[in-house]
Amino acid sequence: MKTDMVIAGVGGQGILSIAAALGSAALDNNLHMKQAETHGMSQRGGDVQSFMRISDKPIYSDLIPKGGADIILSVEPMEALRYLPYLKKGGYVVANSSPFINIPDYPNEDELVKTIEALPNYVLIDADKIAMEVTGSTRAFNFVMLGAASPFIDVPFEYLEEGIRKIFGKKGEDVVQMNIDALHAGRKFSEENK
Amino acid sequence: MQKSLLLGVEAIAQGAIDAGMSGVYAYPGTPSTEITEYIQHSKIANERKIHSEWSANEKTAMETALGMSYAGKRTMVCMKHVGLNVAADCFMNAAITGANGGMIVTIADDPSMHSSQNEQDSRVYGKFAMIPILEPSNQQEAYDMTRFGFELSEAFGTPVMMRITTRLAHSRAGVEPVAEIAAENEMHLPEDKQQFVLLPGIARRRYKLLLSNQEKFEAASEDSQFNQYTEGSDKSLGVIACGLGYNYLMENYPNGDCPFPVLKVSQYPLPRKMMEKITSECDKVMVLEEGYPVVEELLKGYLGKEAVIGRLDGTLSRDGELTPDMVAKALGMEVEEGMAIPDLVAARPPALCVGCSHHDVYKALNEVIAEYGEGRVFSDIGCYTLGALPPYRAINTCVDMGASITMAKGAADAGLIPAVAMIGDSTFTHSGMTGLLDAINENSPITVIISDNESISMTGGQKSSAKGKLEAICEGLGVDPEHIKVFTSLPKKHEEVKDIIRKECDYQGVSVIIPRRICVQKNVRDQKIKKAMKAKAAAKA
Repeated sequence: MKTDMVIAGVGGQGILSIAAALGSAALDNNLHMKQAETHGMSQRGGDVQSFMRISDKPIYSDLIPKGGADIILSVEPMEALRYLPYLKKGGYVVANSSPFINIPDYPNEDELVKTIEALPNYVLIDADKIAMEVTGSTRAFNFVMLGAASPFIDVPFEYLEEGIRKIFGKKGEDVVQMNIDALHAGRKFSEENK
Repeated sequence: MQKSLLLGVEAIAQGAIDAGMSGVYAYPGTPSTEITEYIQHSKIANERKIHSEWSANEKTAMETALGMSYAGKRTMVCMKHVGLNVAADCFMNAAITGANGGMIVTIADDPSMHSSQNEQDSRVYGKFAMIPILEPSNQQEAYDMTRFGFELSEAFGTPVMMRITTRLAHSRAGVEPVAEIAAENEMHLPEDKQQFVLLPGIARRRYKLLLSNQEKFEAASEDSQFNQYTEGSDKSLGVIACGLGYNYLMENYPNGDCPFPVLKVSQYPLPRKMMEKITSECDKVMVLEEGYPVVEELLKGYLGKEAVIGRLDGTLSRDGELTPDMVAKALGMEVEEGMAIPDLVAARPPALCVGCSHHDVYKALNEVIAEYGEGRVFSDIGCYTLGALPPYRAINTCVDMGASITMAKGAADAGLIPAVAMIGDSTFTHSGMTGLLDAINENSPITVIISDNESISMTGGQKSSAKGKLEAICEGLGVDPEHIKVFTSLPKKHEEVKDIIRKECDYQGVSVIIPRRICVQKNVRDQKIKKAMKAKAAAKA
């Protein structure tokens, strides 16, 4: 059992909650995990990434080697492509289709979609829209994304639900349920569109 | 014991709490900030009243920690690598005074400069001061080494450096804590009442003691559980892997089947016998170290006659942090990279937040500076340094904490008038005040803008030492109150602000302009905390 995943986005998009849920799930089930993240200057609207590694064997490096990632999970379409050198042959790109535009030279969106669609293995998902449809707000879009990546993560799906319970437990059952609903919706989309 | 998911920095913080530390002293700086923040939010640290307030700068932090050590209690001082430059005076001399209560100096280096001006390697400082250095290779070691570090410090009566780098600082893993938390030390003064008096006569005696201690430090490294020699059958190469370098080596042998002898180094001074063994039994030695080629240079020698490979001969990149694939290539393994980044991917540099008050300052400043000619804005370290990037390109320097004011003065001395300094509130109280005093004493024609967002924002909105004190400080130092201009920074005041800047630039003396508006991120966090406290109070009622 081993999954290496690059989680990508833009500073402030909250990619770390995805990593936190997954990390907590891994730890509670006695798996090894390492998760490296970006702090400091780059967080100010710059590109950020987290390297998430889960395994049933000890993990040494905090960084995923180039060509070693099973999955690139990106909460933003262009950011998914920035980490392609890390993707393993046969690995999956799971990308949110809603762009986060805070730079003047953001690429043409149609071309961006075409570039992602030309990848051998991808899921392109409008996580904001699905979160809105399923939960009535876009807040849980991150967990739609985790759900969409879940078929490719070598960790039992229930573990992910447990992780969400653990990190959102304090905020009440409504928040937990909202994120679990989002997780299921993302998974369903992925199963149908991968 | 239940494992906790901790960042490397958090593991150090938890390790310090569990080792009976009585106080942490620090100034925020990536990647070291969260050590102190973790202690500030720790329940047990609060119950024990462990000191964790921010210091004004790294020098005051180091000195205060040394004072706590003098009084016999365990203490930690934390900072980023460049912070140690600020605290170096105390640091170097603390090696001579030695410690009484255990003292750990935790320095977080930033190879690859993710959030820094340089990638200096603090191990050089540790060697310079001739004190033991610990360099954990993972989160569990970071936790365990903290307790070990306090014990080492007290056993030898010396401060100990804990050196980490960005990847360990900001990477999370499961950490198993010890079952029992140590009690804090009772206050006890040094037996030798002159130990901390570095008058030449005493300092010479203390220095001789430090020199004679080197042998003991080396013996401790030899026996250390954190330095390990693993035998290997293929002696054509030996690998010395320091700190995180060990992880990148082992990443390439997932089944633990590295054929070469490996010396894992996580405690310095270097374990001499093990170093002798690996160099004598292997044809060639590769050194994997995060940061400068410190060990490599030592082994290779000035003339480079020894068979040592690493960063100096191009086997590994001379700069930047190590990566697993870089090490794989050095070991002669093939690395199959993924696809190339498509051309349409644009760079997304960090930027000032929407609604940030620095925007208003830069818009006004740029228009006024255009009237005098460009190249006269000296800036400093903080979010406002992003004013160097488009769309503003407003600043011409960023060197070290506080340098905006003194560099503006030097340029004004050379005839560049007006010269403008652009500095933040916290950077000003960190290291700007003394420079301002120099300018006041000579009535230098400089205009200092203290863009006050009432927070240390770049590192996450920590409490600024400057809060509510800026005008009083400037006036107290001797700035003419007529030339201290304070106002709320808002886009609608654009023309008014331009007039203020222009007038003060024309004044042939020291002016201080203080545009003030709370950091937008800090404001959101403050509101959230307020709301949570209100809800808590309501729940109680």
